[in-house]
Amino acid sequence: MTTPSYLTDQDLADLAFGAAVLGTGGGGDPYIGRLLAQQAVSEYGPVELVGLDQVGDDALVLPVAMMGAPTVMVEKIPGRDDLQAVVRMVEARLGRKATHLVPIEAGGINSLIPVAAAAQMRLPLVDADGMGRAFPELQMVLPTIGGLSATPMALADDKGNSVVLDTVDNVWTERLARTVTIEMGCSSVLSNYPLEGALAQDNLVGGSLSLCREIGSQVRAARERHHDPVDAALGVVDGTRLFTGKVVDVSRRTAGGFARGSATLTGTGEHEGSTLELQFQNEHLVATVDGVVRAVVPDLICMFEAESAAPITTEGLRYGLRAVVSAVPCDPRWQSAAGLSLVGPSAFGLDVEHRPIASAAAEGA
Amino acid sequence: MRIGIDVGGTNTDAVYMDGNQVVATTKTATTEDVTSGIVAALRELDRSAAVDMSQVKAVMIGTTHFTNALVEARQLAPTAAIRLGLPATAALPPFTDWPAHLVTAMAGRHYLCHGGVEFDGRAISPLDEDEIREAARDLKSNGARSVAISSVFSPVSADDENRAAEIIRSELTDVMVSLSHEIGRIGLLERENATIINAALRELAPTILDSLAETVRAAGIPGRLYLSQNDGTLMDVDFARRYPVATFASGPTNSMRGAAFLSGVADCAVVDVGGTTADVGILVKNFPREAGTEVNVAGIRTNFRMPDVTSIGLGGGSIVRQDTADLTIGPDSVGYRLRENALVFGGDTLTTTDVAVAAGLVEVGDPSQVRHLSAPLLDETIATAARMASDVVDRMRTSEDPIPVVAVGGGSFLVPDEFDVASVVHRPQHYAVANAIGAAIAQVGGEVDRVFPVEPGQRAEVVAQAKDEARERAVAAGADPNTVDIIDVDEVPIAYLPGNATRIRVKAVGDLVLEG
Repeated sequence: MTTPSYLTDQDLADLAFGAAVLGTGGGGDPYIGRLLAQQAVSEYGPVELVGLDQVGDDALVLPVAMMGAPTVMVEKIPGRDDLQAVVRMVEARLGRKATHLVPIEAGGINSLIPVAAAAQMRLPLVDADGMGRAFPELQMVLPTIGGLSATPMALADDKGNSVVLDTVDNVWTERLARTVTIEMGCSSVLSNYPLEGALAQDNLVGGSLSLCREIGSQVRAARERHHDPVDAALGVVDGTRLFTGKVVDVSRRTAGGFARGSATLTGTGEHEGSTLELQFQNEHLVATVDGVVRAVVPDLICMFEAESAAPITTEGLRYGLRAVVSAVPCDPRWQSAAGLSLVGPSAFGLDVEHRPIASAAAEGA
Repeated sequence: MRIGIDVGGTNTDAVYMDGNQVVATTKTATTEDVTSGIVAALRELDRSAAVDMSQVKAVMIGTTHFTNALVEARQLAPTAAIRLGLPATAALPPFTDWPAHLVTAMAGRHYLCHGGVEFDGRAISPLDEDEIREAARDLKSNGARSVAISSVFSPVSADDENRAAEIIRSELTDVMVSLSHEIGRIGLLERENATIINAALRELAPTILDSLAETVRAAGIPGRLYLSQNDGTLMDVDFARRYPVATFASGPTNSMRGAAFLSGVADCAVVDVGGTTADVGILVKNFPREAGTEVNVAGIRTNFRMPDVTSIGLGGGSIVRQDTADLTIGPDSVGYRLRENALVFGGDTLTTTDVAVAAGLVEVGDPSQVRHLSAPLLDETIATAARMASDVVDRMRTSEDPIPVVAVGGGSFLVPDEFDVASVVHRPQHYAVANAIGAAIAQVGGEVDRVFPVEPGQRAEVVAQAKDEARERAVAAGADPNTVDIIDVDEVPIAYLPGNATRIRVKAVGDLVLEG
């Protein structure tokens, strides 16, 4: 038996930093998520973190998340009991109690929301998530390629309105949930993808919360010792430094409710003379160096401010930033045909051939 | 005639101006109580034969009185925060993430009430007037004397904040009320925090403003008193009584605007090199580009309008080292001990000032102390400093085009006369009092920051409506309508929001109407 591990206040700051890194430019500002988690932990005590392999076959694991516009989330903060309410609704529909909660995303605000819910409900939190990164739509999770349904799914707003969705597939869940969320004021809390023990083990990415925490703590330690904090972060996530350079151009447009755009970086130091093109839609999607695609979704493209290692969001991209663009291999299940059709370049309307980062790194070596 | 005064951490600077002409300047030590330093600066100015206090129509002061009071947690009013948003927002009540000693110092208490709107103006829940009355009675009985009211999406609709304020005022005639939509922008916690800070400073405001007004009168000045705001615009005393928080961080803004005025360049990078750091900001149409990020004030997260300034460890006191193959400058500095520790002053630490003296860039101290420095060392230090300055200007500019650079501050000899990212380098006269000049030349402004639904084809109309509103606000703040100009329009389409919701920020400024 391993000794139980707990998430403390300092852990939450580190976890929020790591979540911003794995947010690959999107996922929402983890600040509000961190405050919600800290508030709940200070009120109810530390949250027990349970390894994915410790989840028993008789467990019922429920993901909890927020949905909506990041701009709204910083203005209209959730109510006190909203997170518990959606868990209770799914429990009522299934006729059994949740034994664990889990994040559905390892990046951005939704890595922290389940910590707050777990503290409030005194439930253990599984050290795992449904993607190993952040994606913008509900169906973009490993349980979808595992053939699991996102429903029954409970969705609630701050005013006390709630719905339970039962849908024919997970794309319909996304479509209906987004419409309801907009009517709810562009922000909602939800619980979906109820997972029974064995299914949780097979359809989640294990260790993602402790990975986020480790990124945060290693970067903090590197800064204290005046070591390179970007190297520290990349060491934790097995990342490859693709490019070091300066942002010289950013263009954005809004299409279908998503903020799309591209950025150009010119190389410095060892990349002097090279150019990197970055395409994004809420998250960073494609990194092309001198015309050659070096990393593409579903692999993670993580961008850091070169000196501080502060993660750069797609909204924060601006001329003059000194940045390190790096690639981190995604969970191997995303590289399957089913995975690529769900979250590969074509799912984002990109005409780019997929090249897993692992092989790019091998070729580079 | 006008007088500009800027109170800094070390010096209180003052300048007497005739129109756009600098007639007299002075620099005195900032005092602990701030006011006596201002008295000394005015007395100093009056010694100049060219100065006639009876002709002064306006005095503009950028002061740290209120920032100091918050940082030192002194003389803060017992303050209650009322937030309208229930059932939303209860997960993070007011004062979340605050330093505990500041909450204690203002006997901070909070009330969560119903009200507030969605991003598109629909009600979250109706305002409950009895709930507000109950909060009024309770806060009164608990000794609160100042109230901060915040409401969800009040930048979109301020009706609930205004109605709640009416109820509080009718229940309690002797409390002061601060409203969040008048103080901050979108971002509930940050706007609410700034409003609470404002509320806590309201009791101190009359004391400080009356003493400033008395100081000005006692100096024989008939003109009106204005205070500098953090965005580079002015407010009058009545406004400052209600919004003391707007005086925060006016110093860097005044300094940058003064530098631009002296050089006559409206769009440029200002490089202010002091003893320890070089601070670089960008001016667009005479106003500093604002930081997009949150700003911590005394450990409290706010979203004040603050200039976007990058600081690097390059100053006149920066330590030069050549221990390894590479020569380095800073980031540490001998700081205020320059006159003891630098070689030219008989010390034993090699600083950038020593190199500059040896290279003949500046004349201070005893040049014989640095004659032994080798030519390659001098060349490399100067080149390194130039590269550091050039690099930070490059980071701050917004395009690849070379940009005019205005170099100010005691260490500005470290900025080269020519470098690749600079189209031209200006070294204006009077640069040592640029901050006081920035205060003296300040204009008055008005701002709009809201989420607008933009229907297809209606974009131009919506932006025009926002511009009109900003112009009206500038005139209401005292601007001459004929001089009002839109200086900034920022449109940000909001991800995941329907109906092409767009956050539009517009800022207008105009010349102050000088009476008499």
